[in-house]
Amino acid sequence: MINFSNVDFTHQNGVVALRAINLTIDRGEIVAVVGENGAGKTTLVRHMNGLLKPSRGIVTVDGVDTRRRSTAQLSRKVGIAFQNPDHQLFSDTLENEIIFALKNFGFPEETIRQRLDWALNFFGLEQYTKDSPLILSGGEKKRLTLACILAWDPDVIILDEPTVGQDAIQKERLAEVVKMFKSVGKTVVIVSHDVEFIWPLQPRLVIMSAGRVVGDGPARDLMRDRGLLESARVTQPQLVQIHAELKASNSHPFVDTLEARKYITDMVKR
Amino acid sequence: MGSLVHIEKLSFRYLESKQWTLSEIELEVKEGEIIILAGPSGCGKSTLLRCMNGLIPHMYPGDYQGSVTIDGIQVREEPMGILAQKVGLLFQNPENQIFMFSVERDIAFGPENLALPRQEIRSRVDETMRLLGIEPLAQRAPHELSDGQKQRVALAGVIAMRPKLVILDEPTSLLDPKTASELVSLIQDLNTRLGITFVVVEHRLDLLTKLATRMVVMNEGRKVLDGKPSEVLSNERVGAYGIVVPSATRLYSELAKEGVKLARVPLAPSELTEQLRRIRR
Repeated sequence: MINFSNVDFTHQNGVVALRAINLTIDRGEIVAVVGENGAGKTTLVRHMNGLLKPSRGIVTVDGVDTRRRSTAQLSRKVGIAFQNPDHQLFSDTLENEIIFALKNFGFPEETIRQRLDWALNFFGLEQYTKDSPLILSGGEKKRLTLACILAWDPDVIILDEPTVGQDAIQKERLAEVVKMFKSVGKTVVIVSHDVEFIWPLQPRLVIMSAGRVVGDGPARDLMRDRGLLESARVTQPQLVQIHAELKASNSHPFVDTLEARKYITDMVKR
Repeated sequence: MGSLVHIEKLSFRYLESKQWTLSEIELEVKEGEIIILAGPSGCGKSTLLRCMNGLIPHMYPGDYQGSVTIDGIQVREEPMGILAQKVGLLFQNPENQIFMFSVERDIAFGPENLALPRQEIRSRVDETMRLLGIEPLAQRAPHELSDGQKQRVALAGVIAMRPKLVILDEPTSLLDPKTASELVSLIQDLNTRLGITFVVVEHRLDLLTKLATRMVVMNEGRKVLDGKPSEVLSNERVGAYGIVVPSATRLYSELAKEGVKLARVPLAPSELTEQLRRIRR
């Protein structure tokens, strides 16, 4: 679906943000990109819809070199919800914000209405339909950016720090959304510092540090590697720490508290 | 410890809004406390913060009932300039807060606006940079800094005002876990060395619960829980208020349902596993 081949990226000011990136993301994968602030995570995902083009090497989406397509064309397939909603929101009402892209992509009027209603309801924003995005709280703005992207139903959904400002209930819904995407074969790339959110999704983990990919594999393996995590300033999820400290005998760390609860109860009562 | 913040029957409704965003809030904060303020999005947390630093009612008009007293002064009666010397606010995104050409100038901005003598400004800026470990950045432009450094510089600008109370609105949400834990250590350090009181709005609780003296939970404009973090987080209602309970703490309640009773509510994985090891012996 998305392929990086030997990709370097250097900003105009000469700062090298990506170095020798080789990465293939297949359709239907859930990928979490983690790493220290400034590691190049956001720069990496901005290559996936052509917002940035490599300084060296090639990025392809569905086999097509991103340099041969406009960002508008690529966005139909790859939608990015940005980290800072203020960089994304610009319309006078929530309704107009959501239908902007749908109109630009030329969806029929009826589909636009349906997608709009769905998106507003799903993210609990229907009471603000005619209001300005400016009156929303930080968490609500964040949800609006997601609603905008999901409304046009791209094949690849990129979420840059989606849990910032979200409470537990919203995070749970977001996790449900990601699982739903997985079940319908969409590709999801999540950039996040929130290891506790990522862990139960059991994604493929891409760990970045200083512009390079320093780890790539199933989260259940890489999250146990303390040295690797530390080098990229990533902390271990609490459940993985608990699993390690108990020297638990089961082969993989607890995915959720239910699993941990069962193991510990058996252990104590044995 | 004396009382620093005293909030009595505070209700607030924004202009042209039908609903009351805050309803009869009562809150007492003692000097030197570190308080976590939590609750679902839209519960009124940010509005309460604005009532503490005076943005409400001075910048946001609306119906205001009850009273907020900070360090003996009525927020409603005093101008923002006086309040700014008592209460500092750090936004979630430091880019919204730092704007001068160099780090040093940015930190000096607040004290300059207090029209302090030049020498006093100089010494405040130097001391603040030393406290926050950002002296090497003095001449750097804010846009050259990493996210963690920007956050420190923004906090330095707040600390240079020598406030008694510092309010942090989701300070770690844009930081990687290691940088976040360094910021939390800094909060602890400023609390111990300068006696600054902190009120922190935070969804990520794993780092802060260990040093917080109290946790206050709001829901639909009301204060619904108030106690030690371990008490609040083990309260069975906490999940309904959108609080992300760290896994180690959540296991305390879950294990209790299985008849495994732990002596203390664990706030970190090691606190849980230590207790379990003791039970096994």
